[in-house]
Amino acid sequence: MTAPNHKWRQCKDVLMQIITLACAILVITPLILVFYHLITQGFSSLNLNFFTHLPKALGEKGGGMANAIVGTFVLICEAAVVGVPIGVLGGVYLSEYGGTKFNWWIRFAADILNGVPSITWGVVVYGLMVVPMHGGSALSGGVVLGMMMIPLVMRTTEEVLQLVPGGYREAALALGISQWKTIVQIVIRTALKGIVTGVLLALARIAGETAPLLFTAFGNLGWAHSLKEPIAAMPLQIYLYATGPYEDWHRQAWAGALVLLLLVLVINIGVRFLTRDRFQQKI
Amino acid sequence: METKSQPAQSSGQFGDRIFKWLTLLMALVVFILIGLIGYELFAGSKLSLHKFGWHFLVSSDWDPMNDNYGALPFIFGTLVSAVIALIIAVPISVATAVYLTELAPLWIRQPLIMFIELLAAIPSVILGFWGLFVMIPWLHKHLFPWLRETLGFLPIFKDTDYGPCMLAAGIILAIMVIPIVTSVSREILRSVPGLQREAAYALGATRWEVTRIAVLSYAKKGIFGAVILGLGRALGETMAVTMVIGNSSQIVASLFQPGSTLASWIANQFTEAVDDLFYSTLFELGLVLLGLTVLVNIIAQLLLKTFAGPSVKPQN
Amino acid sequence: MADNQNNSAALNIKNLSVFFGKNHAVKNVSLDIAARAVTAIIGPSGCGKSTFLRAINRMHELNPDVRMEGEIKLFGDDIYSKGVEAVVVRRRVGMVFQKSNPFPTMSINENVTVGLRLNGIRDKKILSERTEQSLRMAALWDEVKDRLHAPAISLSGGQQQRLCIARALAVQPEVLLMDEPASALDPLATSKIEGLILQLKKDFTIVIVTHNMQQAARVSDFTAFFYIGELVEFDATTKIFTSPSKKQTEDYVTGRFG
Repeated sequence: MTAPNHKWRQCKDVLMQIITLACAILVITPLILVFYHLITQGFSSLNLNFFTHLPKALGEKGGGMANAIVGTFVLICEAAVVGVPIGVLGGVYLSEYGGTKFNWWIRFAADILNGVPSITWGVVVYGLMVVPMHGGSALSGGVVLGMMMIPLVMRTTEEVLQLVPGGYREAALALGISQWKTIVQIVIRTALKGIVTGVLLALARIAGETAPLLFTAFGNLGWAHSLKEPIAAMPLQIYLYATGPYEDWHRQAWAGALVLLLLVLVINIGVRFLTRDRFQQKI
Repeated sequence: METKSQPAQSSGQFGDRIFKWLTLLMALVVFILIGLIGYELFAGSKLSLHKFGWHFLVSSDWDPMNDNYGALPFIFGTLVSAVIALIIAVPISVATAVYLTELAPLWIRQPLIMFIELLAAIPSVILGFWGLFVMIPWLHKHLFPWLRETLGFLPIFKDTDYGPCMLAAGIILAIMVIPIVTSVSREILRSVPGLQREAAYALGATRWEVTRIAVLSYAKKGIFGAVILGLGRALGETMAVTMVIGNSSQIVASLFQPGSTLASWIANQFTEAVDDLFYSTLFELGLVLLGLTVLVNIIAQLLLKTFAGPSVKPQN
Repeated sequence: MADNQNNSAALNIKNLSVFFGKNHAVKNVSLDIAARAVTAIIGPSGCGKSTFLRAINRMHELNPDVRMEGEIKLFGDDIYSKGVEAVVVRRRVGMVFQKSNPFPTMSINENVTVGLRLNGIRDKKILSERTEQSLRMAALWDEVKDRLHAPAISLSGGQQQRLCIARALAVQPEVLLMDEPASALDPLATSKIEGLILQLKKDFTIVIVTHNMQQAARVSDFTAFFYIGELVEFDATTKIFTSPSKKQTEDYVTGRFG
């Protein structure tokens, strides 16, 4: 009693499963390829030198990316100083206070900011800080990265705080605890893991940013001795080396890219691992 | 929680007020940032706006020697590379999202989802680097000659390529746009009510038919929003593009020729800029880019926020 | 419609058990559903009525946590045997859900014919004949005959549910399963649905789950009383409601619990 086109329908069903599976595999292929090439090309250059030495003079072989590694670390810290307090507290406001109309505009603005191209941020902070300061600096690099973090952290913080059941707040308030203490000591504490996750993911995002740093941190082939000097950063160095003329630079770029990618992936995977018990996602 | 004695009522209220104002101030920073961005870009491009006016958007001259600048090649390049990226990315992303939500065996879903999110986390410069040193040589040896042979009669596939080119930029943008379109589409598909799927199953539909009838048509608007979101991402992408597009200021028909986007040109030229006018034009390019991306993002946000399935109007 | 509607039993269910993980939702149920009659399944919430119903058109297979044991025969065919596809079973056994679920992106017409079109029937004449036939059987034709191309969701709740019934009927199933079809509707719409059930049973075998005892008494020929996953009693409706054999049944139908 099967319909005449039954076989064709079953065929179509299987065909679509194959096609969509093929697409899924196609999607993850670049990730695998990138990883593969970074490892094969870059791993051999990862030695103690690489991590502890400065770049050599132009054209000379050898040297390392110590300044870039430290520079990235410095910039991340600066960005965190700017981005975390503003982002988290802003997210607290969105979640715990505010009227619906007003908050809608804030969220809208944050979403717009999240869509601003990274190079635009760089150009803006160039005009804001680099020009008045007559030059690039670690300070301006940190500031631009921090600014980029703000809308990101705000939205993730808000989402996480919203997940805390209203019952906790009510119970605390009913005990006579003031509102701000309720928020800080009960709500934020409950959601802390999620907030930290959001912050870490945002940091991983900006650790890999290059474009904004092109016009702010500028890059440095040596050490920056104060925050007012240009500073090296991994993505900048990789860009410089990859697009430069020297073979040795290319070799180091592979290594640098491998280190940067590992840093970013470790944070991402680590965060996923830490929140796996909350991973009750319905598939 | 510390077991301090409860603070007096007034200091609790004082603390509440301070905290509220503090968080409000922080939230208002987003508006300040938007203002700063707008201000800086306008102030920075004043010279260029003054000198060229609207002509800037339609002129394709880029001649620093003669103080003549035009943005058309870069607007063109931005749009073309984004369109190529979408043509490649959208079918693949939607198909993948369908696979992940409707057709895949359950054990495969989480690992695949994780891989896709990791793909999204790859820094742009690394993808560009890989694109330059691995992808382009491969394309040059394998895909491009094939395209030239089979479709070479089309003007977009004429000419030989010498490495970095518009098509390579489109492909690398596709790789970057796929994760976001896939994951947003996945969310959209997941939000289709189970009751719709059950209705189709109960009629004896196969899994693919259920997807087609009950899920995809329902989710059309949301998926379109996901695509526009991806477009927004493609328009603003800088590093990967600048490393594989060749950075030329000419408008040509062939995709095998180098080109430039607004973002890649700004990145490329900023260090070359010597006089105030030059800088000003780069700021203006930034302004154009911002306008484009903000517009596209607003459209995407509106589409996604108002997606709740087709609107239901009950009449009794 | 199949000729075998003349046999006495449309469905032979033997030792059916359904497990949700560790939860034994339907416990070893055996009963025979008569052809061209209405069988009602009653019982308090959570007693496994819907779970039982969904086993008949293999809807549980959409849920990976579900395990089933036992046998169900549809006019002599074992619907769970290897080699029998769920898709085929669901063509022979139709279902109407508690909450109406017409496809919102389709018109009234398209909703009714979707099952037919899936099965490859493209002939416009046949499609429009079946549309009218099904909508008449669902007592909806007169209300929508002038606006068949209007979106399905422009109908009222009660009309949407009748549209879903028409949609299920259009593929000419042998058995129609109804899972509390009127529970979301107002009394007027409910009575329309009950009226059409009484008409439909001339041509279809109907199994209806309902938590409304009076409804069961009004429309059904046979009633099965379920309690915590077990079939407590199954008999002609008049007997169940006037002189039930089990005390539990009597307590339930007289409202002492439930």
